[in-house]
Amino acid sequence: MGKPNDLVQGTLDLLILKTIALEPKHGWAIAKRIQQVSGEILQVQQGSLYPALHRLEQQGWIRAKWAESETGREAKFYSLTAAGRKQLDAEAANWKRLSEAINLVVETA
Amino acid sequence: MRFFEKFRMRFQMLFRGREAKRLDAELAFHLEQQTQENIGAGMSPEEARYAALRAFGNPTRLREQARENWSWSRMEPLINDVRHGIRTLARTPGFSLIVILVMTFGAGATIAMFTVVHSVLLKPLPLPDIDRLVQVYEADTISKFDNNPVAGGTFESWQQGSKSFEQLAFGWYDSEYNLASSNGQLPERVKAAVYSWTTLPVLGVRPAYGRFFTADDDHWGAPGTTVLTWGFWKRRYGGDPNIIGHSIILDARPYTVVGILPAWFTYPDPRVQVWTPVRPVVPPQVMEEHAAHNFDVIGKLKPGVTQAAAQAELSGISAQERKLFPDGPVFNAANLRPLLDAETYDVKTPLYMLFAATACLLLIACLNIANLLVARSASRHRELAIRAALGGSRARLIRERMTESVLLSAAGGVLGVGFAQVALQWLVHLRPDLPRVESIHLDAVAILFAVGLSFVCGIGAGLAPALGEKDQQVIRTLQESSRSVSGSRHSVRLRRVLLSAEVALTVVLLIGAGLLLRSYQRLRSVDIGVPTRNVLTMSLSLPEGQYGQQWKPDPRKLVFYEQLLERVRALPGVRAAGLSTMLPGAGDGEDDAITIHEDPPLPKGDWLDADVRWVDPGYFRVMQIPLLKGRYFSDDERLDRNQYAIVSESFVRQIMQGRDPIGKHVDDSNNGQLKDKTAAGNEIVGIVGDVRREPDEPLRPTVYYPLYGGLRSDLMLAVRTASDPSSFALPVQKMIAQIDPNLAVSDVLSLDDVIGKSTIAASFDATLLALFAILSLMLAAVGLFGVLSYIVTQRQGEIGIRMALGAQREQVLRLMLLDGLRPAMIGLVLGIVASAATTRLIQSLLFGTQPLDLSVFMLVTFLLLLVAAIACLVPAWRASQLDPMQALRTE
Repeated sequence: MGKPNDLVQGTLDLLILKTIALEPKHGWAIAKRIQQVSGEILQVQQGSLYPALHRLEQQGWIRAKWAESETGREAKFYSLTAAGRKQLDAEAANWKRLSEAINLVVETA
Repeated sequence: MRFFEKFRMRFQMLFRGREAKRLDAELAFHLEQQTQENIGAGMSPEEARYAALRAFGNPTRLREQARENWSWSRMEPLINDVRHGIRTLARTPGFSLIVILVMTFGAGATIAMFTVVHSVLLKPLPLPDIDRLVQVYEADTISKFDNNPVAGGTFESWQQGSKSFEQLAFGWYDSEYNLASSNGQLPERVKAAVYSWTTLPVLGVRPAYGRFFTADDDHWGAPGTTVLTWGFWKRRYGGDPNIIGHSIILDARPYTVVGILPAWFTYPDPRVQVWTPVRPVVPPQVMEEHAAHNFDVIGKLKPGVTQAAAQAELSGISAQERKLFPDGPVFNAANLRPLLDAETYDVKTPLYMLFAATACLLLIACLNIANLLVARSASRHRELAIRAALGGSRARLIRERMTESVLLSAAGGVLGVGFAQVALQWLVHLRPDLPRVESIHLDAVAILFAVGLSFVCGIGAGLAPALGEKDQQVIRTLQESSRSVSGSRHSVRLRRVLLSAEVALTVVLLIGAGLLLRSYQRLRSVDIGVPTRNVLTMSLSLPEGQYGQQWKPDPRKLVFYEQLLERVRALPGVRAAGLSTMLPGAGDGEDDAITIHEDPPLPKGDWLDADVRWVDPGYFRVMQIPLLKGRYFSDDERLDRNQYAIVSESFVRQIMQGRDPIGKHVDDSNNGQLKDKTAAGNEIVGIVGDVRREPDEPLRPTVYYPLYGGLRSDLMLAVRTASDPSSFALPVQKMIAQIDPNLAVSDVLSLDDVIGKSTIAASFDATLLALFAILSLMLAAVGLFGVLSYIVTQRQGEIGIRMALGAQREQVLRLMLLDGLRPAMIGLVLGIVASAATTRLIQSLLFGTQPLDLSVFMLVTFLLLLVAAIACLVPAWRASQLDPMQALRTE
């Protein structure tokens, strides 16, 4: 395991919301998916993942349901709520604006 | 939606145990997945599991981090605090009990008084458009009259000239009827509201059954109609709606019941049983009269018209009236008051004063508790310092102690509500004369107030000692040897400050109570002008249908007077019996503008005012009112030979300016042409001693006329008895029933009781305030005792050293005594200054006593010093008895 790349603060929420936007996933799958899609660059630590999931659930942005996983065991699947979908759009737009701004600075200066 | 989600989550979080298991399952599933993957990558199962665990980190920590996001997680330490607090408090049950008890009294009294103030003074009357309803009085810009009843003529002028009101209404509510016996029910005196037909619509009430009055019911000569109040209808007629259309006999005249008032309607007085229209009992001349002030006037302002504008308009009309009718007491202005304000005018100051007193008491209780908590926290100093050193955050430590005090005050608050309930029942029982007494209930607002109060008190009492602790002291506290010689100076100083505040408040309460008690004592010792022992009194009203109208001479009345007096005087044990329209000390008065025929007319707009009474010839002897000059009335001064008068001593002084009145002629203006006035007036034949209307009223010039003129129907019977007057109540009432079985008698009381009733408010205020003051004095004494005991314990080592170095026991005693008395002295001075500034506020409640009454201030100072000295003496004595060896050895 390499040294995990620190996520920009607040982006984990965005990543989680985006990852479960297509279909419900359990915690392990969410971490795995982020890792894969980012080309193994983004490593989500369990220590951040589960508190984040529980926080998002308390906020009413995601909803959890116990269902059978692909291995046949009961697992907790997270999916987006309607409010979560709005939140995802807002955070995605925000991220886009921010990253473009940073790019501008980095490339021009 | 999101709100709903959140709510659902919160609800789930209530079942924490289940949620915790689920979290474990979730984390275990993750571990398993990782392990599986590791095995897939070629590791041995054991190796795979360790690798997964390594990647996973500390599962406990992770679990905690996840749980922190749960909704109630912030509550968790609070619940722990509460548990911890209860445990700590249970360890010292004595302390906790005392604090809770103190809080119970303080909070209970405050909640009770708040309920009274809220129910009586603040809660709007339950009438629609209450903000547009006003009470209207006549006022005068020259003399000091400003809340005078309104004259009939003036009312009519207002009615015609004013554009500010939707409707004006007039009448009187202190009227009574004799309800004849019917269907085997006894006759009774019923309180009546006699008002114009416009009144009930102005008040916005609708009939529960039937209808209200119309203009057709409300004119001179109209047949009798009546509307019954709900309670009376239920009680007397069993709630039978068929009573509508039937007649009931009031004052020996039939009145047709036209409607029933709704149950909620208790204006103007819950004791009112029937309503009748006013104009049928008011001769038309009265409604042209501008000098005879008879009526209570209510108005409903048009929307958008301010009270000030309406007042200006009515005053303008009155000023015109005065120009048109310059003779006699015609007033030139109007005074408007909101209806509620008018009703509660007299009790406002005393109720607010008592509320302020309970608030003071509660504050003292809180200060006392704060004081005790400081002592506790001082003894836990080291424990707290250690916890702070180990990383307990200051906020957390403060919160923990606040939880304790909030717990205590919450317990006190809950018990206080119970206490308030009992106190309110007692109070309502004691003061049925309070306006709106029927609306006094512990309602939601009062409970809310109680909850808020408990929290504020708890936080306030807890904050003082908690903030007194300084963080920086941690090291010093830990370094301090256990043999601290000086003790913790800081908490001692804090306690002294709290104690001074407590003593200061106590002094304010004591001085207030002292002033009221002194007033009450003065009030009770006032000589009302007649011996009051063994006098039975009762009130009678001769029904018009049977004895003729009031003010019209009628021989039937005369027959009744004489028969009654003769038979009552013949009862064994009766020394004497007399009749009058008013008795001394009974409170009410009947006064009138009078003229002396022989004197030159007074300047326009000026008039003389005197009390007027009608008495039988034997009355002065019965009441033992001394004859100073001339003669009493004689038996044959009756009917048309009634043009005589007797005047009081103060009449001679104030109206005649000391000249001899005998042989002069006096006349009064009341009721205009109603009375058969003679051109000559009434010849003054005698001068008698003064009597008072009420103990707290000044002497008023009084004119007595012969009752045997046969004018009056409202009578007071006074019977001087050989022994306890109450044992004569029944025989006398039976005798009256023999003469006229339909005549109801009311207010059967001894004269002492009558006077007691008129001073009940003063006695009540004084007693309650004295009670509060004594309670707070006790609290302050306990506080002083506690603080000095604590200081003595703290300074044990120092005292031991002093004694070892040769200090005498008396010196130690004096030293400690002064130490304890210093905060008391400071508090005393502050309290006296505060009292001097505040007692003016209760000036209107004082009688014959100045707000800065020196003797009260001196007495309170002495009492406080005495109590403080006693409270300090015990611990100081104990200090002086210390064995120096023992003291130095003890740690």
